[in-house]
Amino acid sequence: MTALRSNRLALLAAATACLLALALALVFFYAPLDADQGFVQKIFYVHVPSAIVALGGFVAAGVMGALYLRSGNPRWDLRSYVAIHLSVIFGCVVLATGSIWARASWGHWWLWDEPVLVSFLVIFLLYCVYYPLRYSIDDRERQARAASVFAITAGAFVPVNFIAVRLAESFTHPRVLSQTGGNMPGEMRLTFLVALAAVALLYVTLCRLEIAAKTLSAQLSELRRALESAHVGALPGGPRARRSQAPSTPAASTGAGG
Amino acid sequence: MTARLRDQLRALVAKDVRLELRSAEALPAALLFALSAIVVIHFAFQRDTLAGPLAAGAFWVTLLFAAFLPVTRAFVVDSEQGGIDAVRLAGVDGTTVVAAKAASLVLALVAVETVLVPAFALLLLGPSLWPVLVPLLAVLALANVGIAVVGAVAAALAALSRLRELIVPILMLPLSVPLVIGAAEATAPLFSQTPGDLELRWLLLLGLYDVLFVAVAVGVADHLIDE
Repeated sequence: MTALRSNRLALLAAATACLLALALALVFFYAPLDADQGFVQKIFYVHVPSAIVALGGFVAAGVMGALYLRSGNPRWDLRSYVAIHLSVIFGCVVLATGSIWARASWGHWWLWDEPVLVSFLVIFLLYCVYYPLRYSIDDRERQARAASVFAITAGAFVPVNFIAVRLAESFTHPRVLSQTGGNMPGEMRLTFLVALAAVALLYVTLCRLEIAAKTLSAQLSELRRALESAHVGALPGGPRARRSQAPSTPAASTGAGG
Repeated sequence: MTARLRDQLRALVAKDVRLELRSAEALPAALLFALSAIVVIHFAFQRDTLAGPLAAGAFWVTLLFAAFLPVTRAFVVDSEQGGIDAVRLAGVDGTTVVAAKAASLVLALVAVETVLVPAFALLLLGPSLWPVLVPLLAVLALANVGIAVVGAVAAALAALSRLRELIVPILMLPLSVPLVIGAAEATAPLFSQTPGDLELRWLLLLGLYDVLFVAVAVGVADHLIDE
C-alpha cells in the first residue's frame, strides 16, 4: 500500500517536473515579449498562476475544515492544514513577484491603488494568524476544531475581501481573467494556461508530499511510543514484569529489550 | 426562533450585562481608550479639526481598536469561573452562547459609541454632525453587527488558545478590513464640510459582510464551545 502510494507520488512528481519544464520553455521561447513592459512582464506567468492557486488552496482548506467538523475525521484537518500551509508559501511568492512587477511596471515596490495585490496582502496577513492559533492549543481535538473553524471563517472572508478592496480602489492592475482576457494574444494565453496548470500541479504534488510525510511521521511516533511502552512493560517492576512475578521465573522479565 | 431559545438568549445577555456592571472592567477601559485615542490623533495628525475621509478613518480606527477591549474580555470571565461549563450543563447549545456574546458585544459597542460619537464631534470633527446623524446611525448599526459577530467568533477561538488576548487583535484586524472599507467610505461624505449623500453600495457591502459572517458564525458556533 505504501509502495503503491510512493509510486503514485513519484509519477505525480515526474509529471509536475515535465509540465513545469514545458511552461518555462513556453515562457522563455514561445510567448512574445510584451510591447510595453518587455522581458519583466514574464514574471506574470509565475505571479498570476501562484495567486490563483494560493486563493484556490485557501478556499479548499475552508471546505476541508467544514468536512472535518462534519465527519470528525482527522485526515480532513491534516489536508486543511497542508492546503493552508502551502497556500501561505505560494502567497509569499505572489507578494514578492507582485512587488517586483509593480516596481518594474509602475516604478514603485508597492501600490495601494492596486486592488488585487492589496487584497492578497490582507488575506496573507489573516492566514499568518493560523499558525499561532493552531500551535497555541495543546489538545489535538481542540486544535483541529479551532483550526477548522478558522479555515472556514477565513475561506468565507476571501471573496468578500476581494469585493470590498476592488470597490474601494481604482483598476491599475490588468484583469487577466476578465472578458477581454487582459487583451492577451493567443501565444500568451496558451503559455499562461500551461503555467497555471503547472503551478496547480506543483501545488497538488507538494500537498501530497507533505501529507505523506506527516502521515509517516505520525506512524513513526506511534511505533516509537508502542516500542517504549513495550520496553517499560518488560523492565523489572514494570506492569508485565509484575504480572509474571507469580510463577517466580527470573527470566520472565527479559527478552523484550530489543 | 423558539420561545425557549429567546429566553436562553435573553438570560445570557442579561448575565453578561450584570457581570459587566458589577465588575466594570471592559467598558470603562474601552471608553477611556476611545477618548485617549482622540487626544493622540489630534497630536499625531497635528490638526485641531478633521473632516472628510481623514475624519472617517480616524473615527473607525478608534472605534475598532476600542472594540478590541470588550471582545478580548468576552469569554475571559466565563472561562476562568467555569461559566461556560455551567451554561452548557444547563442544556444551552454553542450557537446560543456565541449569539448571546455577539448580542452583548453589540450592547457594549452602542455604549462606547454613545460616548465616542459626541466626544469625536466636539473635540475633533470640523463639520457639524446634526444634519447627518440619521445616516451615521444606519452605518453604525450595520458596522456594530459585523464587529460583534466577527468579535464573538474571534473571542471564542481565542478562548480555546493559550495566547487568548494576543489572538483577538491579530485575527480581528485583517477580518475587519472589508468592514472598515465600507464604513469609512460610507461616512467620509457625511463628515465633509459640505455633507454628501450616503452611497448605497457601501451599505450593501456592510450588509453583505454582516449576512456572510452571521451565516458563518451560525455554522461554526457549535464547534467553538467545548461540550
